[in-house]
Amino acid sequence: MERSRAGRALHALLAVLAIVATILFAPACSEPPRGVVLWHPYRGGEEAALKKVVARFEAERGVKVTTLAVPYEAYLSKLEAAIPRGNGPDVFIGPHNRLGEYLLHKLVAPVGDALPDEDVPAYEPVTVDAVTHEGVRWAVPLASKCVALYWDTRLLSEPPRTLEELAAKKGALGAGVWPLAYESHSAYYHAALLHAYGGALFDGGFAMIGPAAERSLEKARELVTSGAAPDEASGDLLKTLFSTGKVAAVISGPWLAADLSDDLPYAVAPLPEIEGVGRMRPFLTVDGAFLSPDGAKREDARALARALGSSESARERAETGKQVVATRAYWARADGERPAADDRHAALLRAFRDASADAIPMPVSTAMNPVWVPAEQAIRKVLRGDATPKDALAEAKARYDDVMRPPPPSPSPAPLVIMIGLGLLAAAVAIVRRVRAPGFRRELEASKPAYKYVAHAAITIFVLVVLPLLAGAVTSFFAGTRDDPRFVGLANYVDILTARGKPLLSHGSFYLTLLVTVAWTVVNVTLHVAIGLALGVALARPMLRLRAVYRVLLILPWAVPSYVTALAWKGMFHRQFGAINALLATLGVEPISWFSKFSTAFTANVATNVWLGFPFMMVVVMGALTSIPKDVLEAAEVDGATRWQAFRLVTLPLLKPTLLPAVVLGSVWTFNMFNVVFLVSGGEPDGTTDILVSEAYRWAFARNSQFGYAAAYAVIIFGLLAIMSRVLGRVGGGEAKEAAS
Amino acid sequence: MNERKPGLLETILVHTVLVAAVAYALYPVLWVVTLALSKTGGTEARVLPLPRGAEDLTLDNFRLVTGVGDPEKGWLFARQLVNSLVVSCATALTAVAIATPAAYALARFDFVGKRTGLRGMLLTQMFPGVASAVPLYLILDALHLLDTRSGLVLVYAATAVPFAIFQLRGAFLAIPVDLEEAAMVDGATRVQAFLKVALPAARPAIAVTALFAFMSAWNEFILAATLLGRESAFTLPVVLQSYVGEYSTQWGAFAAGAVLVSVPVMALFYVAQRQLLSGLTAGGVKG
Repeated sequence: MERSRAGRALHALLAVLAIVATILFAPACSEPPRGVVLWHPYRGGEEAALKKVVARFEAERGVKVTTLAVPYEAYLSKLEAAIPRGNGPDVFIGPHNRLGEYLLHKLVAPVGDALPDEDVPAYEPVTVDAVTHEGVRWAVPLASKCVALYWDTRLLSEPPRTLEELAAKKGALGAGVWPLAYESHSAYYHAALLHAYGGALFDGGFAMIGPAAERSLEKARELVTSGAAPDEASGDLLKTLFSTGKVAAVISGPWLAADLSDDLPYAVAPLPEIEGVGRMRPFLTVDGAFLSPDGAKREDARALARALGSSESARERAETGKQVVATRAYWARADGERPAADDRHAALLRAFRDASADAIPMPVSTAMNPVWVPAEQAIRKVLRGDATPKDALAEAKARYDDVMRPPPPSPSPAPLVIMIGLGLLAAAVAIVRRVRAPGFRRELEASKPAYKYVAHAAITIFVLVVLPLLAGAVTSFFAGTRDDPRFVGLANYVDILTARGKPLLSHGSFYLTLLVTVAWTVVNVTLHVAIGLALGVALARPMLRLRAVYRVLLILPWAVPSYVTALAWKGMFHRQFGAINALLATLGVEPISWFSKFSTAFTANVATNVWLGFPFMMVVVMGALTSIPKDVLEAAEVDGATRWQAFRLVTLPLLKPTLLPAVVLGSVWTFNMFNVVFLVSGGEPDGTTDILVSEAYRWAFARNSQFGYAAAYAVIIFGLLAIMSRVLGRVGGGEAKEAAS
Repeated sequence: MNERKPGLLETILVHTVLVAAVAYALYPVLWVVTLALSKTGGTEARVLPLPRGAEDLTLDNFRLVTGVGDPEKGWLFARQLVNSLVVSCATALTAVAIATPAAYALARFDFVGKRTGLRGMLLTQMFPGVASAVPLYLILDALHLLDTRSGLVLVYAATAVPFAIFQLRGAFLAIPVDLEEAAMVDGATRVQAFLKVALPAARPAIAVTALFAFMSAWNEFILAATLLGRESAFTLPVVLQSYVGEYSTQWGAFAAGAVLVSVPVMALFYVAQRQLLSGLTAGGVKG
């Protein structure tokens, strides 16, 4: 019985192996002759339009164009990896405000004869400005994106002229209907208010300061506190509220239209004025066709970039892709034609075109990047009423300036060299002593068979795991970006460990974040193990009905991609619309503003992470329980042990060898689990729920790409965990040491 | 097998605990399902994740993701689904194949460098991989494995191997040595003892390890998007992730895709659990 089952399993396994092998190795390497390669981040209609344009270009010019849609989140890292290696695209489409990063990583070349002087008048002036940097044109402008006012034609008779007029509609619209909704927590959306008052986010440094910025924040707070706009509105929430007639007007971009159903009665108008102040002016981003350094040398690539901006292409992109195209000829012709059937769609695009004329192009500099987080922290603080606009903004500016502090001067490499030298020397001494110890040769001889078992694992791990990590660790001795590193020795470490010269437990300091991280790890792992153990043991009970169903349902949290479930959790914790508060309301509890206090925000993060993590621990326990011989437990029962005694004295010790590695590694992973923190609380309130690794990520991605600093964080985290596991190993006694050492 | 019949009260208690856990596990997932099926989106102050009404129900999001009605897109989706399955299965197999002998050696043999190796492996898990995509890209480029699914599988498997080794070593340590020794007294070689005695006994742990490796490959998208160069080679998470834009996310489509992506995992687990997790070892150990 056992044998035949094993035999069948083996056959099935071999069959799977064969199929896998054929697919893995068969057609993967047949490269077509290289034509022009085009990368873009588009989906849906925009992608379909682009494909048509490309097909026409191929037919006219007789050149093969290979297009690749790359998800936005992986776009920059893929460009950055591929272009310097010559595997990148010739032409790529991206937002103009990333130009600073493209230049920094040497991913672009001037666009040259793809946008010659005689073509310039063919594009909207504001879009040409956006792709021009220091007098050089870097892309062919394709389409502009900015926000405008969507208004519900059932609730409003005409687009509101001023914000105040709109806000005054509160109450007149019916119960539970808001006059306005916008993503009030986002600096991108707040910028429209800020610009109305004559303020700016960025002028080469952090510019959201002074009377204009303060008045814009007061206005935003007034909108929320007066009930004119809901708090904490996310993009998904806006869509729901607007689709269900719960809000009269929303501020959003062309992307919202794609999500709204066709029978919803709405129109789009430029943003309203603020009474006695001026018109709200949103940020403008322009999608452009950029040329990589290799692509710029190729005539076909330049021709493709030029063709993407042509008026035929613009027509396709506007009509199929619903883009607000930058090509003026399209608008001139559309003005003449006025197609009746597609009138609403045309009116929508036109409204966005009108809005873009007044918009302010997003700054190109990479120094703009670190503005967002402190600005948003200030906005949220003011909206919650935790600080006055003046204080919040002063703090935000201080945070920005701190992040942008120039790297320390290159020190002498002596301390670093001495440290590394001492480390190497100690290692060498240890090795030599080991080698010269009596009997080493014999031991080595005896070890030979074992090496046959471990060699391939050692090589794989070394090449694909250790090498990339070492590469990361080395960058921690440098400051600046990856492409322009500057040796700073141990300065990054000194900076972090001295809390950047501020009090040791001040906001965002290494030590404070460490405390949060330790609490985060302990709470999570305890709950993971407790729940996993309880469920694993419960599921192992003899004669349990529905066992298979329970098992499958309980691994659901593991099976559904965490990106979407983490955001479902975030939605559930929303103050006004979340399911948790709705649940509390039925129990008669006041709604909780989950992300305004550390304790509740931390709880929300933990609830999500425990949910994500317990199935794994449960499966480990289930696997481990099956390896416990039944007769041992039976013997315990015969000896008169109670269930609890049997569990504690027999089951638990037997589970230990398999459970312990899972617990040790689970702790390590939780320590570095930045996804949940990032997606659920996002560090709110005010960055207090951030853990060490999210700090490292912020340095790498949100703070002017300071990879060296991020790497130093990573090395310190590594050191801490290494120490922790050794201590745990000591405390846990023999077996723990076995597993952890 | 067990003589003691559980009392009614205890049975009720156990089921209560399990139902509560299922409710906790299911509740957010039901929100995701509602989101996927809704025209107008998900969040609104409601306690139960039920659709707003029949007129709000739609399969459009599923049609959009799978490319129903657009043969070219549908074909691409099918290819990407196959890619995902192949890459994840291959990752599971590769990781187990690499990890099992190493774990066995680490459990049964004494050799020079064993402690260092174990410690080093644990250490690799402690280093947060902030932006390790670019170094990996360089390494795969040097190995001429860029833009191939085998390269991606190798990377996934390598990341899963340290955990797999720890897990399997624990399992081998829990298996009594006498079985293998008895086999070797009967004339089996060490390799035979490993393959014929220890390996079957460790099957549940191998299953868990394989599932773990499978899952890590099944949901990963950053490396897949970075290391693969053609859309027909992309895995499903990459496709899903492309519904997330800079300014907006198509939550409906994303949720529909997430639901689709999790169905094969659930099916796999359902089919495999009886085989893999129901006391095969008890028989093996008793010999």
